[in-house]
Amino acid sequence: MTMSQSTSDSPRADPRGSSESTSVLSLISATKSFGAVAALTDGSVDLRAGEIHALVGENGAGKSTLVKVLAGVHQPDSGRFLVEGADVVFRSPADSKTAGISVIYQEPTLFPDLTVAENIFIGRQPRGRLGLIDRPAMRTMARELFGRLGVPIDPDRIADGLSIADQQIIEIAKAISLDARILVMDEPTAALSGVEVDRLFAVARSLRDRGTAILFISHRFDEVFELCDRITVMRDGAFIATHRTAEITVDGLVREMVGRDIATLFPKQEAQIGEVVLSVAGLSRSGVFSDISFEVRSGEIVALAGLVGAGRTEVARAIFGIDRYDSGSVLIDGKPLRRHTPQAAIDAGMGFVPEDRRKQGLVMDLSVARNATLTLRTQLARFGLINAKEERKAAEEWTTRLQVKTGSQDLAVSTLSGGNQQKVVIAKWLATNPKLLIVDEPTRGIDVGTKAEVHRLISELAVRGIAVLMISSELPEVLGMADTVLVMHEGRISAALDRSEATAEIVMHAASASPEILT
Amino acid sequence: MSNATATRSTATAAPVNVKSNARRVLLGRDANTVYALILVVILASIFVPFFAGVTTVSFLLIDAVPILLMAMPMALIIITGEIDLSVASTAGLSAAAMGVLFHDAHWSLGWVFVACLLVGLVCGAFNGILISTIGLPSLAVTIGTLALFRGLALVVIGDSAVADFPVALTTFATSTIGGTGIPTVMIFVLVVILIFGVVLHFTPFGRSLFALGFSKEAATFVGIHVNRSKFWLYVASGVVSSIAGVFWVLRYSSAQSDSVKGLELSVVAAVLLGGVSIFGGLGGIVGVVAGVLLIRTVNYSLQLAGLPDTVLTIVTGTLLVLSVIAPSISARLRLSADRKRSKNLPREATAT
Repeated sequence: MTMSQSTSDSPRADPRGSSESTSVLSLISATKSFGAVAALTDGSVDLRAGEIHALVGENGAGKSTLVKVLAGVHQPDSGRFLVEGADVVFRSPADSKTAGISVIYQEPTLFPDLTVAENIFIGRQPRGRLGLIDRPAMRTMARELFGRLGVPIDPDRIADGLSIADQQIIEIAKAISLDARILVMDEPTAALSGVEVDRLFAVARSLRDRGTAILFISHRFDEVFELCDRITVMRDGAFIATHRTAEITVDGLVREMVGRDIATLFPKQEAQIGEVVLSVAGLSRSGVFSDISFEVRSGEIVALAGLVGAGRTEVARAIFGIDRYDSGSVLIDGKPLRRHTPQAAIDAGMGFVPEDRRKQGLVMDLSVARNATLTLRTQLARFGLINAKEERKAAEEWTTRLQVKTGSQDLAVSTLSGGNQQKVVIAKWLATNPKLLIVDEPTRGIDVGTKAEVHRLISELAVRGIAVLMISSELPEVLGMADTVLVMHEGRISAALDRSEATAEIVMHAASASPEILT
Repeated sequence: MSNATATRSTATAAPVNVKSNARRVLLGRDANTVYALILVVILASIFVPFFAGVTTVSFLLIDAVPILLMAMPMALIIITGEIDLSVASTAGLSAAAMGVLFHDAHWSLGWVFVACLLVGLVCGAFNGILISTIGLPSLAVTIGTLALFRGLALVVIGDSAVADFPVALTTFATSTIGGTGIPTVMIFVLVVILIFGVVLHFTPFGRSLFALGFSKEAATFVGIHVNRSKFWLYVASGVVSSIAGVFWVLRYSSAQSDSVKGLELSVVAAVLLGGVSIFGGLGGIVGVVAGVLLIRTVNYSLQLAGLPDTVLTIVTGTLLVLSVIAPSISARLRLSADRKRSKNLPREATAT
């Protein structure tokens, strides 16, 4: 992959070692690991006063971890962190606030029952006589803030029911009232409409012109190019390059974002692709996804790629009978489900390895054996009673086949490592002998070694003739495993690609629906 | 990830299982309550005059009957992480209906019993719909129906008391099996205990209740009908409570609006004392039975020892608090023991 040329052609691209007086914030080679998972290996970014600086990268590139380091939520394991030229160590989000950093999240968390003004001044309300809250003063101050932002919001209304866009503005107002000189916006536009985005951009520009440094995280290239002065690219937890916006193209950015060695993954085994197992036609749910149609054949791995929030999990949940859908059809072996419930889906031969292992995949406090056989509970019963011997045998068989490492079948599944927990989830579905297995982010939060093992497992399932629908936000996983790649963007399938034609660039473009390649 | 590791873990698994089965029975949550019960019985036999005897067995058990009955569905409900505080009021409403239908409407006893069970069924279904279908919190709903059903009982029967039930029947209700002092109705109670025990511990439905108590989402993903399961538990609770109400009327030969009043707290206390976790997911029927007997034995021996009612209430309250604290302490101890055991195995570092 080509990625180095564009880095070198700008002398100011590398923030490391840059000690210009205009830098208000520099993070230099920060690292952060969670257990064996390295989320950040070389987190670097350099923010100057009066600039809007974009941070781009794939899902899992380490952007969120970097934001959390800036916000004081995570403490980096190593690296330098300078604010206004001085080394800082944040032990809590409060430290970060004190240093003048404010973070605006995608979905702000206001107190719904308090008024707008109360939300802005929460914990530091202006006091009047007798130490009571001076409401008129608070109101005036809030009004003045909104005046500065050019957005009229009634300070006396209750926060509940405000649009996400308005809530973000309130968060920004709060940041200004805190005298924040550094504003971090983590995918602020993800849930906004066009008009709201324009208003947010206007606010951002006026803040920049008054000297605020803004770090803007977004998946939308059009926004990045419209709004930002400089762009920093991250990949696999590491800094790749910083460019001036004028000096880089969308294609160049995409290349830097995805350029990585895919060969390190487990090689996919060739599977015999057979009859259609799952056929989804015109599946829609208003406001969530629309007109989703695809087929999965036995032995085939179909990947649903796309950005977080594109509606992939929602489609899978609807297929499995957990959430409802408004129109369309789901056929297994050509037949509709008996009823729209998970049990009917299981009876028809579906299995679902959900994205959140802890909450959805496992009952964490139950034993390994009980978890592994939870899907089998009716099959294990004779005359309505569960045969304890059979239960134990089934649990042992499947946990052994998947090489789950546990001291005893009776230990709570919460005592296992993440990878072994995931194997228990897969085991309990394999035990039902499924025709179709839906796997949602199968390797999230799993260390590299076990990841390859999970990939091998999924590949073997396909060889055994199981149809696999895999949701994954990790491009290498998608490209390495899938026979067919479906890319979703804002609730629709924006591209359906065969294994041979799917490249990281095409998938990335389709996922962010940037017109350059799609047209 | 080699085969060698896999076979090693299964090889060690077999002997551990034999031991852990014995461990589970002897060190489980249920067992603690049984030990406590045995200890209290021994202490009472030694220190409380007249405790050891047939009369004790008789009085102790007959007072335990309604609590035992109501504790069965209550145990299942608490295991799913919910609660039913309306049990005593449901029983009271059934008792009131029994009095009115028999005395004023002159129904035959057979139909009266059927009607009482229907009252319980409707009460349970009402709770069930509010909690499972509409999704209201069970604590709030059943506090409401606790008052509602009791109020209805007062409307149904008013201030009067019905006491002219056939003597043969009321005598049967308090009769004992031979000279053992064990009430005859205990046979029926044992059948109920057996049914609930089997359902909880040996059926797919029972398995799903434990899963449900820990994580509703995880339960949904394996096809457990979360709402339907809860609904039927409340229906069962209503029906069993009405049986307890009928028994109460026959035992005291009187049906009145305040029959079975206030018993819900004893039921909840007994279930928690029996090792069922108030947070859901943990518990067993053996422990619950021991919990009921424990609370009755403590009360009865203190009464027999001549202690005033205030002391009794304080002791019951203390036991209830202890029952909530003790399991979480022992669970913490066990968890750290589990961790230590699993640490000795080869494992990759825990992710996230």
